[in-house]
Amino acid sequence: MEADYTPTELLATVASKLLEDGKSVFVGTGLPMIAAMLAQRSHAPNLLIIFEAGGIGPRVPVLPISVGESRTFHQAVAASSMHDVMSLSQNGYLDYGFLGAAMIDPFANINTTVIGDHDHPRVRLPGSGGGNDVGSFCWRTIIMMRQEKRRFLRKVDFVTTPGYLSGPGAREAAGLPAGCGPYRVITQLGLYGFDEQTKQLELLAMHPGVTMDQIQENSEFEIKVHKDVGTTQPPTREELRLLHEIDPTGMAIGK
Amino acid sequence: MEILAEGQGELIGWHDPDEHRAWVRANKSRDLKDKQVTLAEAVDRYIHEGAFIAMGGFGHIRLSMAAIYEMIRQRKRHLIMCGKTGVHDADLLIASGCVDRIEVAYAFGHEMRGLSPASRRAVETGQCEVIGEVSNAGHQWRFLAAMMGVPFIPTRNMLGTDTFRYSCAKTVRDPFSGKPICLVPASYPDVVFVHVPRCDKYGNAQIDGTLIEDFQLARAARRLIITTEEIVPESKIRDQPDRTAIPFFLVDAVVEVPYGSHPCQMPYLYFFDEEHIGEWLDMSKTPEGTEAYFDKYVHGVPDFEAYLELVGGLRKVQYLKRVEQLRAPMTAPWLKRKG
Repeated sequence: MEADYTPTELLATVASKLLEDGKSVFVGTGLPMIAAMLAQRSHAPNLLIIFEAGGIGPRVPVLPISVGESRTFHQAVAASSMHDVMSLSQNGYLDYGFLGAAMIDPFANINTTVIGDHDHPRVRLPGSGGGNDVGSFCWRTIIMMRQEKRRFLRKVDFVTTPGYLSGPGAREAAGLPAGCGPYRVITQLGLYGFDEQTKQLELLAMHPGVTMDQIQENSEFEIKVHKDVGTTQPPTREELRLLHEIDPTGMAIGK
Repeated sequence: MEILAEGQGELIGWHDPDEHRAWVRANKSRDLKDKQVTLAEAVDRYIHEGAFIAMGGFGHIRLSMAAIYEMIRQRKRHLIMCGKTGVHDADLLIASGCVDRIEVAYAFGHEMRGLSPASRRAVETGQCEVIGEVSNAGHQWRFLAAMMGVPFIPTRNMLGTDTFRYSCAKTVRDPFSGKPICLVPASYPDVVFVHVPRCDKYGNAQIDGTLIEDFQLARAARRLIITTEEIVPESKIRDQPDRTAIPFFLVDAVVEVPYGSHPCQMPYLYFFDEEHIGEWLDMSKTPEGTEAYFDKYVHGVPDFEAYLELVGGLRKVQYLKRVEQLRAPMTAPWLKRKG
């Protein structure tokens, strides 16, 4: 049954459906946490959630404020360390990496460091945190972000976290672990994958009611469209109920 | 090894391994002795102008906030900060003028709460200089190299990015696989503070919950000061030696500071004081507000105990305990802005 929903709620439910039961996911701060928790409480009860400060396999009771706080190891199988979880990631144990982003380019290189010149910044952002590590090590990285012309850029001011760098083969040439990289980008407008040949962003599906004009208007670069472009599923009432159960204060999902 | 690329970030905290070994031999006592001091003494003795400092914990979790307030109270200057998920610690130390240079894995933000007005302002106006970028794993593996007594650790992150270009790492060709690999140099902070739930008077310290990177950081530190919720008898440590993350001979000073992580979280004991963090985020929007915050909560009180009374005393910490144990809901002023 369909329900009224906000763009953020849609973003969270579409993202959560990408996560498979019985797989592992390295979860970054903000919306990724809520999407992973939703997956765990719906179609993927055995989703192995891992947090950078050392939380392994928690049953997260309520949306954490931080990826290091005690909710990230509540009823976990282990409360470990950053060295442990980063080493596991570097060794190939992490199927999915789940990140937020301020700005991306067509190869899904992410900037969360600085707007303008590094040494004389117009706006200083937090930096990599665990972002670079997740984007370097996880088999498939999923990025959740707001799509606007100033965020979907031809070129980002600073490559904090590697996407496909300059194109096919560039990650391996740089020395990054082989065979991994960005898998999906989800915005309030649509769901994107990557063209196999060019490793550039490609529209896979638009959210209900979104037009192709909106998709293009909210990007500085021209967005390629997959030949079988589809429409995403709107959230169900049950998913909406779960989202607000997970985030009762509306910290990430809104009121 | 063939060097393929070199980051342009400043190499901070590095020592030749033999120099560090000699320093350890001369300066780190292996004698089991009472190391309890006051916080004022510890900060006065170990925090020198220009010191490279790091705080244990993560973001707003298990931070030695009492030590941070004491550094601000003593008006320490020209400190260099290790921004290893430096959130509330870095924000306050930069805003107060204690820190004017920082190596950044993550700083200038408060995760879900938004960005840090004061420390961002300091960087954007040039009052605080970012001397290098690094990732979280890159940062803690710098401590791992230091802990192991080796000059660097090979890693497979940061490669191909500007995070590498502005770091102090190098890329070489790995002599085994033939692939490019990143080398992160050892980092030995001059002074590290780690806040723990329990510790004996000798410095044997136990941590509950995730260790984050404190196991490595404690062993990389030149001077290590433990602040603890509680000083316990040595026998209590020896009853559960598997819980000891930090043994005594790494530790230079021990300070008992109940609720010493406030307004940050102490896992299993008390939650973030969101009301207080929210007050800081509001006041720090302007330089005048920032100064007023420090006047009220640091310079206006003689010590951390008086600060705790000012922020709500026993009633407040009992409430934070209930929130931590999921017996009371979390509220935060910054939630209203999210709407």
